[in-house]
Amino acid sequence: MRIPASQLREWVALPGDATPEHIHDALVSVGFEEEAIHAGEIVGPIVVGEVLEFTPEPQDNGKTIRWCQVRVAAGDAEGAVRGIVCGASNFEVGDKVVVTLPGAVLPGPFPIAARKTYGHVSDGMMASAKELGLGDEHSGIIRLHEWGLNPAIGDDAIALLGLDDFAVEINVTPDRGYAMSIRGVAREYAHATGTAFTDPAGSLTIAAGSGFPVAIKDDAPIRGVVGCTGFVTRVVRGVDRTRTTPAWMVKRLALMGIRSISLPVDISNYVMMELGQPTHCYDLDTLTGGITVRRATAGEKATTLDGQERALSPEDLLITDDKQILGIAGVMGGASTEVSDSTKDILVEAATFDPVTIARSARRHKLPSEASKRFARGVDPLVSRAAAQRVVDLLVELGGATADGLGSDIVDFTPAPAIVLPQNFVAQLIGVDYSDVEIETVLVDIGAEVMKSSDGWIVTPPSWRPDLIDAPGLAEEVARIHGYDRIPSALPVAPPGRGLTRGQSARRRVAQVLAGAGLTETLAYPFVTEADNAQFGSIDGSPVHSMVLANALDPNVALLRRSVLPGLLDTAKRNLDRGLTSLALFEVGSVFTPSGPNGSESIPAGTSKPDAKVLDGLYASVPAQPWHVAAVFVGPVTVKQAGQPAIASGLTEALDAARTVAAAVGVEIDVRQGSHHAFHPGRCAEVLVDGRTVGFAGEILPGVAVARDLPRVVSAIELDLDALIAAAPDHVEATAVHVYPAATQDVSLVVSEDVVAEDVRRALISGAGDLLEHAYLVDDYRGTGLPDGHKSLTFALRFRSAEKTLTQQEATDAKNAGVALAANSFGATIRE
Amino acid sequence: MSSISPQHVAEVVSEAIAAIVGASTGDELKAVRTAFVGEASPIAAINATLRDVPADEKAEAGKIVGAARGEINQAFAAREKAILDAEERERLLAESVDVTAVASRRRVGARHPLNLLMEEMSNIFVGMGWEVAEGPELENEWFNFDALNFDEDHPARAMQDTFFVDPVERHLVMRTHTSPVQIRSLLSRELPVYVVAPGRVYRTDELDATHTPVFHQMEGIAIDKGLTMAHLKGTLEHLARAMFGDGAKIRLRPNYFPFTEPSAELDIWHPTFRGGARWIEWGGCGMVNPNVLRAAGIDPTEYQGFAFGMGIERTLMFRNDVADMHDMVEGDVRFSQQFGMVI
Repeated sequence: MRIPASQLREWVALPGDATPEHIHDALVSVGFEEEAIHAGEIVGPIVVGEVLEFTPEPQDNGKTIRWCQVRVAAGDAEGAVRGIVCGASNFEVGDKVVVTLPGAVLPGPFPIAARKTYGHVSDGMMASAKELGLGDEHSGIIRLHEWGLNPAIGDDAIALLGLDDFAVEINVTPDRGYAMSIRGVAREYAHATGTAFTDPAGSLTIAAGSGFPVAIKDDAPIRGVVGCTGFVTRVVRGVDRTRTTPAWMVKRLALMGIRSISLPVDISNYVMMELGQPTHCYDLDTLTGGITVRRATAGEKATTLDGQERALSPEDLLITDDKQILGIAGVMGGASTEVSDSTKDILVEAATFDPVTIARSARRHKLPSEASKRFARGVDPLVSRAAAQRVVDLLVELGGATADGLGSDIVDFTPAPAIVLPQNFVAQLIGVDYSDVEIETVLVDIGAEVMKSSDGWIVTPPSWRPDLIDAPGLAEEVARIHGYDRIPSALPVAPPGRGLTRGQSARRRVAQVLAGAGLTETLAYPFVTEADNAQFGSIDGSPVHSMVLANALDPNVALLRRSVLPGLLDTAKRNLDRGLTSLALFEVGSVFTPSGPNGSESIPAGTSKPDAKVLDGLYASVPAQPWHVAAVFVGPVTVKQAGQPAIASGLTEALDAARTVAAAVGVEIDVRQGSHHAFHPGRCAEVLVDGRTVGFAGEILPGVAVARDLPRVVSAIELDLDALIAAAPDHVEATAVHVYPAATQDVSLVVSEDVVAEDVRRALISGAGDLLEHAYLVDDYRGTGLPDGHKSLTFALRFRSAEKTLTQQEATDAKNAGVALAANSFGATIRE
Repeated sequence: MSSISPQHVAEVVSEAIAAIVGASTGDELKAVRTAFVGEASPIAAINATLRDVPADEKAEAGKIVGAARGEINQAFAAREKAILDAEERERLLAESVDVTAVASRRRVGARHPLNLLMEEMSNIFVGMGWEVAEGPELENEWFNFDALNFDEDHPARAMQDTFFVDPVERHLVMRTHTSPVQIRSLLSRELPVYVVAPGRVYRTDELDATHTPVFHQMEGIAIDKGLTMAHLKGTLEHLARAMFGDGAKIRLRPNYFPFTEPSAELDIWHPTFRGGARWIEWGGCGMVNPNVLRAAGIDPTEYQGFAFGMGIERTLMFRNDVADMHDMVEGDVRFSQQFGMVI
């Protein structure tokens, strides 16, 4: 909402030197957001001049310019009469015009200087309306008599035309529709500053209208609310269509961001900005019979004044006459009945519509207009007569029309229920002990009717404040108008808390240790392509169900991710493109894993707590969104450095990351040969906890990596972090650390190449019994000296007893027991 | 029988010590050992004559020879240590490396600053006894709107630029704020409730320097008996000072949100902000609307409280001088690595 200072000044005592900042500060203090300042950005000297004579001079380029002598000051002083070249030809000798003299600056900025042109020195410029920021008229210069003005030569044209006016722009919150008008903003300015306020709607003499037939027939109210509760019409006759909109109105509309179109339309817009009530002007001659307000019927169509044919919904409210649709109520008028150059008689409409009806229609037809915005927020139902009268008055005054008693006066207004405001309510909510007088003053100032009761007040809000429905709303009025600065500061004491949950702590630790292990945390949008979810959201390539955005910014990337990896791979690619070649990236984030039907058929109203069954349904309607942790490794762990070749990254990094995550969560993981269709068939590890798969670590299938413009070798890991955390014991059970000397032995076992090392190790551990404290693989040899298709696995074993120093024989016996089991299970033989 | 001449012993000793001191390498010292310390040395020879010394002189002679041998051995040991030390030192010096050229075998990682900031802000509240609450990012409309006093036709609901999920009639949306977590907390926790809800939220804004469709918020809600707007102000003031230092100030300006009444815009002021000491819009807040409490089954005549929320990206922008939203969402490792593990 933009407010021209000159217009604000009509209704409040604005200081003469009020700056835009002053107005902004005042309005911000009562709850509007400061948006911008709009000024003409015009610098003088710009004066009234009179054309004394001119000589038309045809030019080579086909144009004819006029070489004019223009008096810009009285008397004989030098410069009182100036030679000016003018390209326009719409003026006569004797016309009073606007002359911008050298030194002036017009919006653009466009500085004026004496300059040589068409063989003359032009000592200034005669201005068009457009050049002064007074609308779009640029076919000729301003002739002041056409604007109804006859000032003295040399008068300051800036003051004359209001060129020094400015507008402040504020953002009006959706609860305060009344403030989308000069009327509402002026009232708020008065609240903020304590100055007197004159209600523009109260300053009019309203003549009744009757005799124009209007019927409201709402067969399908939305949510039980009738679509139209007020319909005021007035007829004016004999509008002089040669009259143009006066400069002051054009200027103010321009400051408010509204283009001048024609006098009737400009008046309608001007009154909407002034009073907040949208009005509409119909060409009376194009109407047939009276007006009926009704809902559209299924399949009905209407052509709006933008020339578009629109399919209507039975929820759309229509203004119709006996033959045609005049417009979609509150949203846009029809093409066939709009005022034109030939319009003589006008029907003015000022209606009151249901906000919901208008909001839905505006959204449905994608026609957010100044009018629909106001209707959707609620227009004062009692301002319609004043608005219609104001339009009539202006058409009479500026358009030479005559008012007609013909009209209609439907205003069906029921005041909102009174609000009980208990004595202590405001203090108990705001924390400030306002006096009774302070509370009452605010409530009266905002226009409410206030009655004292035994314990507080009974408050009836004004017709323009449908947002005030309860005591907190009134408390807010008191607090904001007295200023939030009055509210003291007190720190509440919460009951003792339990700190972070296990899951929260674990997720933090995982991110910390991965960063500590050299990985960099990145955050990708969780939107992916269908291919991404098919590839990484499914283990074996079988189809998966994904949630899809209905209004994605990019329709190709509309799925909610089932895996964190696609985002990480995209991020890796972006980094590679920027010349960053050694990458280890991770993300801890949620994925979306719907199963079965999701969402709700219907949802309850938010006015009360749903019953347990409905609430459970709401909880269950939301698809699972487990936290995952994923990482990718691209390029070398470290690049080639002095004395050290590049260290390639690969499976090691992926598996180390898995172990690091497991340690951070405090859970034991197992790793076995795995299979995932997005991973290398021979280089993929399945990660398990308690026998349950919790994720994969391995090399991405080279084809998949290359298709994403990544190198062939990209290793990656993705784990279901929620599952890991759920499986972690809630505390660690410690066992004693034994300190008798250890006995260490190595053993090399020959097994078939397809036997998994970890299985052999487990057999050794299991067979050797409690004395075997630790066993790990130190060598995997294949080659000469072994039978075909076999390998030799060497394990280092550390034995220790809890009770005594072991002899070599005891250690050997335990080792042999382990070997025996490995032999039994896998045909392992000791390699001598 | 023969006597041992103390003078002769002294000569032998000084000759041996001179030789020991004169040795400057391990090899020389080895030769000196053979000549002056070992079995074939003069002092060993003198020692061998002790058995021929008359009995009455034996004690005195033994003492003299013993002292002499001790003196020689001690000198030898000292010299030997000095030489070994010098040789070790030379060996070590030869092993010198340029420590500025040592290759590294691992990377140094980094956290994302948005997560670090959310954790730091959460910590401040946990320190006051508040708890951290969480909820789903894909949410039922009821939790995201209806329960928060956004009626289905509420103008603010259309304003929110919501991502809907197919089929739209199933009422699932990407949460537009972390406020649904407030409702979930009120429904599931025992009163009084003091929780913050950090997390990721969604609105249909195209990515540019100051907007991103996916961003983060930190919200808080406190519902207790007797909470007023003064407590809201005190809590936010504490947060501002904990995050920015004692010089930080806050102010509230009237605003509108469906889920609070009164509602306020939160501004923060600090002398060290980029562009000088000034007020910066930080977030929104207010007293929880009674309708929200009713939706959670709480009697608004008994309990009331406040709620607040702020954007994490925005906070990072003015706290750490991040000029462009792209840096926060593109995952360029250089961005996170500026922060390392600390914000």
